[in-house]
Amino acid sequence: MDLPTFFQQLVNALSLGSLYALIAIGYTMVYGILRLINFAHGDVFMLGAYFAFYAITALLMPWWIGFIVALSLTALFGIALERVAYRPLRDSPRLSVMISAIGASFLIENLGIVIFGGRPKSFPSIPLFDTVVRFGPVSMLSVSLFIPVITIGSLIALTLIVNHTKTGLAMRAVSTDVDAARLMAVDVNKIVAFTFGVGSLLAGLGGIMWTMKYPQLNPLMGIMPGLKCFIAAVIGGIGNIGGAVLGGFLLGIIEILIVAFLPALTGYRDAFAFVLLIVVLLVKPTGLLGKSQTVKV
Amino acid sequence: MRRILSIVAVLAALFLVFGCAKGEAKAAADIVKFGVFEPLTGANAAGGAEELDGIRLAQSLYPTVTMGGKEYKIELVITDNKSDKVEAANAGQRLVDSDKVNIVLGSWGSGLSMAAGPIFKDAKVPAIGLSCTNPLVTRDNDFYFRVCFIDPFQGTVMANYAYKEVKARTAVIVREVSNDYSVGLAKFFTDSFKALTGNQNSILAELNYNTGDQDFSAQLTQIKSLKPDVIFAPGNYTESALVIKQARELGITVPFLGGDTWEIAEFINVGKEAVEGAVMSAFFDNDAPITPMSKVFVAEYQKKYGKLPSGTAVLGFDGYILAIDAIQRAGSLDPIKIRDAIAATKNFAGAAGYITFDANGDPIKSAVIKQVVGGKFIYKTTVNP
Repeated sequence: MDLPTFFQQLVNALSLGSLYALIAIGYTMVYGILRLINFAHGDVFMLGAYFAFYAITALLMPWWIGFIVALSLTALFGIALERVAYRPLRDSPRLSVMISAIGASFLIENLGIVIFGGRPKSFPSIPLFDTVVRFGPVSMLSVSLFIPVITIGSLIALTLIVNHTKTGLAMRAVSTDVDAARLMAVDVNKIVAFTFGVGSLLAGLGGIMWTMKYPQLNPLMGIMPGLKCFIAAVIGGIGNIGGAVLGGFLLGIIEILIVAFLPALTGYRDAFAFVLLIVVLLVKPTGLLGKSQTVKV
Repeated sequence: MRRILSIVAVLAALFLVFGCAKGEAKAAADIVKFGVFEPLTGANAAGGAEELDGIRLAQSLYPTVTMGGKEYKIELVITDNKSDKVEAANAGQRLVDSDKVNIVLGSWGSGLSMAAGPIFKDAKVPAIGLSCTNPLVTRDNDFYFRVCFIDPFQGTVMANYAYKEVKARTAVIVREVSNDYSVGLAKFFTDSFKALTGNQNSILAELNYNTGDQDFSAQLTQIKSLKPDVIFAPGNYTESALVIKQARELGITVPFLGGDTWEIAEFINVGKEAVEGAVMSAFFDNDAPITPMSKVFVAEYQKKYGKLPSGTAVLGFDGYILAIDAIQRAGSLDPIKIRDAIAATKNFAGAAGYITFDANGDPIKSAVIKQVVGGKFIYKTTVNP
């Protein structure tokens, strides 16, 4: 592999990895606070992309207003989803909530097919994000420059919120012990809703960035990114926000490397991601940055 | 007392439901069921939707079939094979088992047709493929026919185009490796291109991707250093459009060639300026009518949908009218008789050309070559077999 090819592949890997990382942050945050694997995360991601699509093409909003509207709607949707599908089951076994999450995921996908239609839609081109940038022999889409910045920005912002604000303190309290937090006058419902709002907002942000990089929308578009980001979150240590970013980048780099060095195995690219998930779960179930927890009996 | 009343109510309800079902069964005697077997969701949804449009248009023009001097109403039983081979087998099974259709139309996508082919064969239900071009769809299956040309021909047409028009001497193949259509067509192109160039090494590389993949940057980066004269990338329309878009972003300016699956509005909507100049083989062009039926189709399609027909809608139309013709010639709903009548079709004037079946159940038809110019599919030439 010559040097320009190497650098191009590196850029490819980082731009894919940062996108995975962005979606994985929201996934892992919801898990970190609520110990709930939100399988509908990928579908909220899809909704974010569709909201932005309709805001720009049907309501003719300028793209930045469209994005703000879409992100707000996605956050509200996340809060509503928690209210309807998860809150009634908060005191039930964790398995029930997980099954409810899977059900919510299928419901959103199929409602998407009914409402948005099965035919794919194409995301409008926004010049700021849809320009080719060249650095010598290496080229990329301008949106690929924004994504890592947004990912790192979200990482820093979330870390600050969780560790240095009153709300963050309450989030950590809920994460440790819901009942004790309630006794300490933490409004658990409000904190959980806030967590879901932020998690869904990040999913929506990921969805919008994704469709600008790969400008086609369909109601099932969230399934694969959702699973990939679940893998990224597990690799990094689910519940750990920094770990999700690390896992996302690792997954992106591994996927590009497989195609670059083992072209014959390209067809098994997704399979590699899942094999990696199994290996991590067998060898280091807490992930790269996760802390091991003692289970209280 | 209340309990007795409720039992009576339940019994009455049951009776009503049962009675209605019986009434329907009686009416069913005057109905012929056409099973529509298409991908209406998932990766190939646009292809399925186009063909369904063609079928619905044909139904609105020809809603009945006449057997023995009696008119039978045609009912469409639409199933979604979800662009997935496992779901396709399920959908096929449902059509023959519970819907008990008399004939099947579909599918877009050879892999989907191949998944359900053995089911139609075992159940002895004749099926007419619409735009499934892989030769294996009809091979060893007496019940599967199709109204489109097949890939050995299509691959040769595109290899000839690459060699003579693009003057290419080297090529790279980009395949959708989980799609039987793409793998088959790529192979026929490869064989033909090697024979034309007389160079066994004229295909510089074969790169793969999976249905549903969105990022092709790693594969395309490899092409960049190979510097081929042309890239042949048959595959699903959205993935192909993204392949070309990402290639252009990487600074690859080589012409792209593809197959019939590209001629769908979504290919241009997703690819935008990047797909300008892409060349593909196609089934039909609105401005090059072949039979009297071609003009009827184009005019009626515009009247019903308010736009020009694109892609494969015409094949849905042809499959439907061919099915009516065959059932009328068979004069019965006996599946063996219908199958024999389809097989005996001679010079049937469909909208997309005349149909005469060979021993495999494939028609010999011409292909048209189109190019994306100014955001439209523009007719270039017709290639006869």
